[in-house]
Amino acid sequence: MIFTRAIGLFLLVWLVSPLSGNAAEIASDQRKSGSTFMAPETRAMQDDDTSNPGMLWVLDGEALWKAKSQSSEKACVDCHDDINAMRGVSAKYPAFDEVLERPVDLEQRINLCRTRHQDKAPLADESRELLALTALIGRQSRGLPIEAGKDSRLASFVTKGRDLFMRRQGQLNLACSNCHDDNWDRQLAGSSITQAHPTGYPIYRLEWQGLGSLKRRLRNCMIGVRAQSYASDSPEIVELQLYLATRAGGMIIETPAVRP
Amino acid sequence: MASALINVPATAKRGDIIEIKALMSHIMETGYRHTETGEVIPRDIITSFTCRYNGVEVFRADLFPASSANPFISFFTTATESGTFEFKWIGDRGFQETASANISVS
Repeated sequence: MIFTRAIGLFLLVWLVSPLSGNAAEIASDQRKSGSTFMAPETRAMQDDDTSNPGMLWVLDGEALWKAKSQSSEKACVDCHDDINAMRGVSAKYPAFDEVLERPVDLEQRINLCRTRHQDKAPLADESRELLALTALIGRQSRGLPIEAGKDSRLASFVTKGRDLFMRRQGQLNLACSNCHDDNWDRQLAGSSITQAHPTGYPIYRLEWQGLGSLKRRLRNCMIGVRAQSYASDSPEIVELQLYLATRAGGMIIETPAVRP
Repeated sequence: MASALINVPATAKRGDIIEIKALMSHIMETGYRHTETGEVIPRDIITSFTCRYNGVEVFRADLFPASSANPFISFFTTATESGTFEFKWIGDRGFQETASANISVS
């Protein structure tokens, strides 16, 4: 608690000081994945599939992909075919859902599939099963560029997400951009700030000792600036994810990534 | 859902020193944490890991509450003959998992 307060105080002093930069979006050729900020040991852990703990969830996902349940005769594999066929799919998420007429992220899409086509109950947010399926589908697009937000129906949602990213909020009165656009080359309490590109979600975060979604990571940041977190089914959390994905458009997917 | 990731070289020359890596899915709950209402979260960890090479134990480790979740164990041994590495993890609450990998030694 004292530590958190110290960070908060440090942030305040630091961001009102004349040293802090002005809002400027990162040029396309200066964008860097979070993995480039990591220690070589952590990068090596991510790059080796037999030492990347995120692959444990991918293995679980492979079993779930083929699993039928009592309430349904249909497993994921029965409609979508072999998991290899999902290559490139996660690169386009969050994507527009025609029934809901708004974007949904990959976790929501999996749950929509369950309720609409499989007659199954939705999986709980951050549950092992939901993360396992998301990691499995995300893993298929590893090495491909992020392509989210190209659908013209998404334009207004991207704008809303950008507004959220630029809006100051919380007791510390900070916008996402104050750290991740203006000060990504600096450190906060010894940790790199990074540019906040969602290239590897769901990620295995060493601090969490487990896999977590981009929504969980966003909640961490919002607690950090002492703002009220968006609910995981709110439109704002999807718009913010959508803006982040378009902001990182063309960057290479690393799912499941490892982060400190 | 427990699963293991094993990395054993598929082939090796006799006498080669080879690296074996084993990652096991486990929460490794220390037993020192409390819930919001003050109850102790019971300890749930892996306590023992063994590796046998064609039936002969070549590596053993005892694990304690300070280990991270999903423990990753890496060690070296000498390739002597073709055969099988068998891995076994034992832990609290009757946890028991096995995995195996083959090696061809020329």
